[in-house]
Amino acid sequence: MADVILRLHIAGKAFGTRKVLGAIDLALGAREIVAIVGPSGCGKTTLLRIAGGLERDFNGSLEWPHGRTPRIGTVFQEPRLLPWRTVRENLRLAQETPDDALADNLLDTLGLLQFADAYPGTLSLGMARRAAIARAFAVSPELVLLDEPFVSLDADMAAHSRDLVLTAWRARPTAMLLVTHDRAEAESMADRILELGDEPARIVAEIRVQAPRG
Amino acid sequence: MTNSLPTRIASTLGFLAFWQIGAMFSDNRLLPSFSAVAFEMWRLSADGTLPLHLGITLARVAAAFTLTLLLGGALGIAMGRWRQLDAALDSAVTLLLNMPALVLIVLIYVWFGLTEAAAIGAVALNKLPNTAVTLREGARALDPALMEMARSFRMSRLRVLRHVILPQLAPYIVAAARSGLALIWKIVLVVELLGRSNGVGFQIQIHFQLFDVTAILAYALAFVMVVQLIEWAAFQPLERRVAKWRM
Repeated sequence: MADVILRLHIAGKAFGTRKVLGAIDLALGAREIVAIVGPSGCGKTTLLRIAGGLERDFNGSLEWPHGRTPRIGTVFQEPRLLPWRTVRENLRLAQETPDDALADNLLDTLGLLQFADAYPGTLSLGMARRAAIARAFAVSPELVLLDEPFVSLDADMAAHSRDLVLTAWRARPTAMLLVTHDRAEAESMADRILELGDEPARIVAEIRVQAPRG
Repeated sequence: MTNSLPTRIASTLGFLAFWQIGAMFSDNRLLPSFSAVAFEMWRLSADGTLPLHLGITLARVAAAFTLTLLLGGALGIAMGRWRQLDAALDSAVTLLLNMPALVLIVLIYVWFGLTEAAAIGAVALNKLPNTAVTLREGARALDPALMEMARSFRMSRLRVLRHVILPQLAPYIVAAARSGLALIWKIVLVVELLGRSNGVGFQIQIHFQLFDVTAILAYALAFVMVVQLIEWAAFQPLERRVAKWRM
């Protein structure tokens, strides 16, 4: 792998006395999409939080070979929009340097432009999830983290949202780490699939996806 | 509010008419009619006495209100965020919360003298624990999921405070402010009665000694009207603004 943006070495991670993660090594290319699959509760989200620098309390090391921490856009399991700010303001507030053109462009791509001035509470769950995806890409990310972003959407909406993520990604390719329990979803999006298993969790299988994306 | 407005006006007018007629029938100096009180209000306003004392009292209310909201709010938020501080100060706050207002006022006057600072401090101290407890609840209820979101996007402290924390605290701040005003403007009168030589509380004491119920009611009525005006002009628009996104 030529251009590595993230190099993570975990020796172990425990919550109190419960060991969640065992030894895990992960390197992520600058334009690579890696999916992490595994049964629910196995520590996928914890791994994602460590990779994003949100969880610093673990044995091991997190390196950014580019020298500084990259810009990260995160899509959480729930949309986590600020309910007292409009959709557009939610995008703007995530941006370190304001870029209204990019924000509006993303809202347009994700079919949300006419809801830009609406409060998140008036959106359906599907739209709120799309707004959260727009926000993650609005920060011109070098790394996008997605934590089960399509869970609890119906099959059609989930497929549609996957397409939209890939559309946003194709417009501005970044490194992407996707956590999912849906094998088919992982295969349709990722270059590489890491399967977590065991307790404490480790990578039990690594699969390179040959089929084209989408 | 628009639908109930005629009812409100009718009930107010009904009360005033009942008062007026009742007072005329009883024909007692200690139960002045509404018109007599209204006239007294006008007379006291015309010679400048009522506006002067009302203004002084309102200034004290404003000072004590600001002080208690800033200090009590900061204390409450800090206690809500840091367990150790909460444990250290909880019993002091509880003690202060249950201390009768009169005792606090008397003690502060005795210890610090009959000064303006002591008067305002005594009022603020009476309300402070209440504000702290309300804001502590608010700080405890802050959504960790949104805080994590803010951290993941590396929002600046100022941005987090303004767009993530304060909107969550807003209902608690409005509640503390509203109950604060209701309590403070009553306690200010006691403080003035006990140790100041001006303000509405001082005037009430003077007229109490003369058994001048008309003047007492004139001051009381003027004060109630001002407080209600603050409620309409400040709190209700503020509350609507804070709740705008819930529509």
